[in-house]
Amino acid sequence: MDFDAIHMIWVRDITRHFRDKVRLLGSISRPVMWLLIMGTGLRATFSIPGVSYSHFIFPGIIAMNLIFAAMISTISIIWDREFGFLREILVAPIPRSSIVIGKALSGSTVAFIEGLFVLAFAPFIKINLSVAALFLLLPLMFLVAFVCTSLGIVIAARMTSFEGFGVISNFIIMPMFFLSGAVFPIDNLPHWVNYVIRMNPLTYGVDLLRWASLGINTFPLYINFLFLLSFASVMLMIGIFEFTKRD
Amino acid sequence: MGKRENNVRMDSIMNKAISVSKLSKCFNGISAVDGISFEVEEAELFGFLGPNGAGKTTTINILCGLMNPTSGEARVNGFDVMSSPTEVRKSIGIIFQDPSLDERLTAHENLNFHGMIYHLPPKIRKARIDEVLNMVGLYSKKHNIVRTFSGGMKRRLEIARGLMHRPKVLFLDEPTIGLDPQTRQYIWDYILTLSEMEKITVFLTTHYMDEAEICQRVAIMDHGKIVDIDMPDTLKNKYRVSSLNEVFLHVTGREIREGESHGKERLGVFLRARHKMR
Repeated sequence: MDFDAIHMIWVRDITRHFRDKVRLLGSISRPVMWLLIMGTGLRATFSIPGVSYSHFIFPGIIAMNLIFAAMISTISIIWDREFGFLREILVAPIPRSSIVIGKALSGSTVAFIEGLFVLAFAPFIKINLSVAALFLLLPLMFLVAFVCTSLGIVIAARMTSFEGFGVISNFIIMPMFFLSGAVFPIDNLPHWVNYVIRMNPLTYGVDLLRWASLGINTFPLYINFLFLLSFASVMLMIGIFEFTKRD
Repeated sequence: MGKRENNVRMDSIMNKAISVSKLSKCFNGISAVDGISFEVEEAELFGFLGPNGAGKTTTINILCGLMNPTSGEARVNGFDVMSSPTEVRKSIGIIFQDPSLDERLTAHENLNFHGMIYHLPPKIRKARIDEVLNMVGLYSKKHNIVRTFSGGMKRRLEIARGLMHRPKVLFLDEPTIGLDPQTRQYIWDYILTLSEMEKITVFLTTHYMDEAEICQRVAIMDHGKIVDIDMPDTLKNKYRVSSLNEVFLHVTGREIREGESHGKERLGVFLRARHKMR
């Protein structure tokens, strides 16, 4: 493990992220649209016992900002390959695993911060989060961000164009988001959908976030953690393999 | 006795800055590098010439561990590029043909990050950044974003970066391409002083024959093979011509190559080839 390399990649990605002011706009407009427009608009059609619809989707919207920001952050890998900076990193005397871990941590950090923007909307839809709930929610948000970033790294490492990444990530982000229980409850769904939902890591992430913020969960907590951690480990291993192989 | 001879041979390989033996690289069955062998002495200024698409950049990519050869062996500073890539990378510096700076960062940030991944302690890092920035005349611009720099300034910054960790072997892949004569002169004075003072081995590819004339030895590569290798003057005598340019045209012919001269294009070809192989 090369901490200098992880540190460098992390600081560089964070520096770059905060220099790009337009990206901040997207991370604020997404939750506004979903929470305030969809949340109030669909309230009448959805009835979930014991919880209002805008409360129900709140953890889902956090997960949405996490997965969007995490996937977008990994575009930097394609960007760096296209503009040559990746070569500067690849010829440096650092292990490939540290490059991947550095990328995973910087992507998770950026996504985590974008997740915080959604948290700031909690008072507007009258969700009262206790300090204890907040302390549970924050590390869980980072975990979900980390899982999404590790998936993004595997996709970006195999991609050679921005356009390709856009198509693939839309094919992945949207279904993952809609089939995760983020915007509707996942019980009482047709059998095949159920199957897809159970393969989706975001399902377990949303379940954990909903447990921490509203006290509702569909799966046992240990199942959630087990699935997320094993998924992230497998993705990291594939990512390291992709970076290690030389032609 | 055989073993002893073998040891002597190993010693001489270990003392070379670069030693390449029967090195080949194929992309989809087409040989980009075709069984080349050569050696570069320590502190030598070595020119590596050839038309576009001759296999120069592929050779450099193998020597700095970015690509695995299909067959053959290559050692840099005594380390095998296949089995100890990290050791090789520690001891080399590279100025790539295509830009490799992060243009959204400042000059200082680019250098500082470079120092971090080459494991320079903070104090030394700070001193080296000031030192190399002064040497390439960019000290006053150190907090400017690289995107605002001219082509020559970017090149100087890349050279400063490549030298920051005091490499033993410096690879320069067409370092002065697209630069005005003043900047070229400046960069060359700097590289020559440095190679003399610090005993750095310089491995240079270029299309400018006046730059190749400065080299102690040049190798001319074409279609993946080394067609000739010697001192510039010896080559001129051998082909009975007065300039290295004529030597070059003599051994590689006059027809224009369908080489991918544009950097992005070449990268695209490389990436597509890589993609197909999967």
